[in-house]
Amino acid sequence: MSKRIDVSDLNVYYGDFLAVEGVTMAMEARSVTALIGPSGCGKSTFLRTLNRMHEVIPGARVEGKAVMDGVDLYGKGVDPVEVRRQVGMVFQRPNPFPTMSIADNVLAGVKLNNRRMPRALAQETIEKALVGANLWNEVKDRLERPGSSLSGGQQQRLCIARAIAVEPQVLLMDEPCSALDPISTLAIEDLMNELKNDYTIVIVTHNMQQAARVSDRTGFFNIAGTGKPGHLIEMDDTSVMFSSPSEKATEDYISGRFG
Amino acid sequence: MSAVSTPPRPVRRTRRLPSFVPWAVLAGSVVVGVLLSLLSGELTPTGAILFGAVVYAIAITAISASVEGGRWARDRLATTLVTGAFLIATIPLISLVALVATRGSLRFGWRFLNDDMVGIFGAMTEGGVYHAIIGTVYVTGIAAIVAIPLGILTAVYLVEYAQPGPLKRAITVLVDVMTGIPSIVAGLFAYTVFVIFVGPQYKSALIGGVALALLMTPVVVRSVEEMLRLVPNELREAAYALGVPKWLTIVKVVLRTAIAGITTGIMISIARVIGETAPLLVTVGLVNNVNFDAFDGRIATLPVYVFRQYAQGGVSVDRAWAAALTLIIIVMLLNLVARLVSKFFSPKGVR
Ligand SMILES: Nc1ncnc2c1ncn2[C@@H]1O[C@H](COP(=O)(O)OP(=O)(O)OP(=O)(O)O)[C@@H](O)[C@H]1O
Ligand SMILES: [Mg+2]
Repeated sequence: MSKRIDVSDLNVYYGDFLAVEGVTMAMEARSVTALIGPSGCGKSTFLRTLNRMHEVIPGARVEGKAVMDGVDLYGKGVDPVEVRRQVGMVFQRPNPFPTMSIADNVLAGVKLNNRRMPRALAQETIEKALVGANLWNEVKDRLERPGSSLSGGQQQRLCIARAIAVEPQVLLMDEPCSALDPISTLAIEDLMNELKNDYTIVIVTHNMQQAARVSDRTGFFNIAGTGKPGHLIEMDDTSVMFSSPSEKATEDYISGRFG
Repeated sequence: MSAVSTPPRPVRRTRRLPSFVPWAVLAGSVVVGVLLSLLSGELTPTGAILFGAVVYAIAITAISASVEGGRWARDRLATTLVTGAFLIATIPLISLVALVATRGSLRFGWRFLNDDMVGIFGAMTEGGVYHAIIGTVYVTGIAAIVAIPLGILTAVYLVEYAQPGPLKRAITVLVDVMTGIPSIVAGLFAYTVFVIFVGPQYKSALIGGVALALLMTPVVVRSVEEMLRLVPNELREAAYALGVPKWLTIVKVVLRTAIAGITTGIMISIARVIGETAPLLVTVGLVNNVNFDAFDGRIATLPVYVFRQYAQGGVSVDRAWAAALTLIIIVMLLNLVARLVSKFFSPKGVR
């Protein structure tokens, strides 16, 4: 049930500012694709185009194609809401809904869409998602407490639980572990390993070891200078990228000899 | 270089004044204030407090400076000034409430609240505001029914939908202009509209409600707009990313998150119009009896009632004060409700 996404010649704009230029890449089904690159090179921007979140920013637009399941996400008549139901997202900063309890936050995808869910199924969904995000043990006794009463790292895991509770086809994660301790990070990585049996996962990370550990393929983004657009420099199997990349820039970045 | 080489000094403990000192200084200052007031001519409470305050500000700063050092002295001075400003600001409020409460309590009571003015004339001290309360509830209620949805929807449009451009700017400017409309103009406008479309014979609470709605809408728009802008964009994006359509995101996330502030804003807007007199004077007039029909006939309202009773003079003045007290109590009750609502709905556990 997972789907692959093929991106070709994607240009991403903020108003007149071209933030990412000419990206062509494939994100395989049932695998983890990691995106790495220096800060400001457009990883988040690119990631947000994959579920059409980019266009909610005023003036932002996208050129090119992103084909999922034979359908161009940016084609005529494609409803962004439908796209987002299939392509879930975890943001760089945790953003639980402050007015909702922990349980309701997990079920937000259901509740906010005005859908009904039998009680038993709801309980099951909550537990499964929270266990998946390695948060269940910490919150199982206080599911009715507000989501914003959790620590920053717990909030991020709550957001991960919220995203996987709706069982999307593709899961986009923007530095999901940047606020987490090593144990939770490991749990999230285990979760990704597990999820990739069913989902397509795209993860942005600044952690080389993490990219090496979890991903099957890695894409390296770079930027020529401030105000210039970001480019996909190269993309290959993770083992190849980390052992013998074909571009000098990739090697420099991965080995920490950047800039 | 030297900054690096000198070893860091240990954190010093500053000597602090014991906590009773400010109170002692305050007591002393009041005594000095009284003396200064006597010296300057005659002893007046205002003079004593004024001199005392100045003496206190100087004394506490000087004492603090000599014992605690410059930073704490500035802190003491600032605390004194801020507290002083707060006290001065509360003087009008407290004296107003106290005045209305004392004058109003003369007539105020269960009888007063349940009686109308039918058959009351001359020096009779009976009579009450029942009919005026009904009228005020009607007129304000009609205004609220019109203005609250209109205002909230306008604010939602401005914040969530409007693209930056001439239309958005035009609406914003118009709302600003409407905020400044003199209330009598709103009254004349509503009156004229009804004269043109319904006829000169028509009089009802509806006209007053429309006039007040005109004054209320911009206030609602403004306050709701501010509240919606405070809702972080991350929450909207979180909802979108879950495949929630925009309108549901607005209803269930944006409005829900801002509900406490919106309620407060709406209450402020109601308080703003509930005491309006001029537009009601020209639209709904005043009667002595209860009128339960909001769509037919003149109706009494509290502000107009106060105005008329006060203008009549004599024993009627007491009724004016009692009616003013009634109005203040109604506004305070509304405020209480708003506080409960925002306490109940505001996001919990936010750090
Ligand atoms: N809302 C926005 N409006 C205008 N420009 C933006 C906006 N968001 C990002 N940009 C610009 O787009 C470029 C790419 O930003 P992006 O957030 O995608 O970087 P990133 O690779 O995710 O960096 P980081 O690793 O620091 O998260 C940057 O130059 C940034 O200034
Ligand atoms: Mg980023």
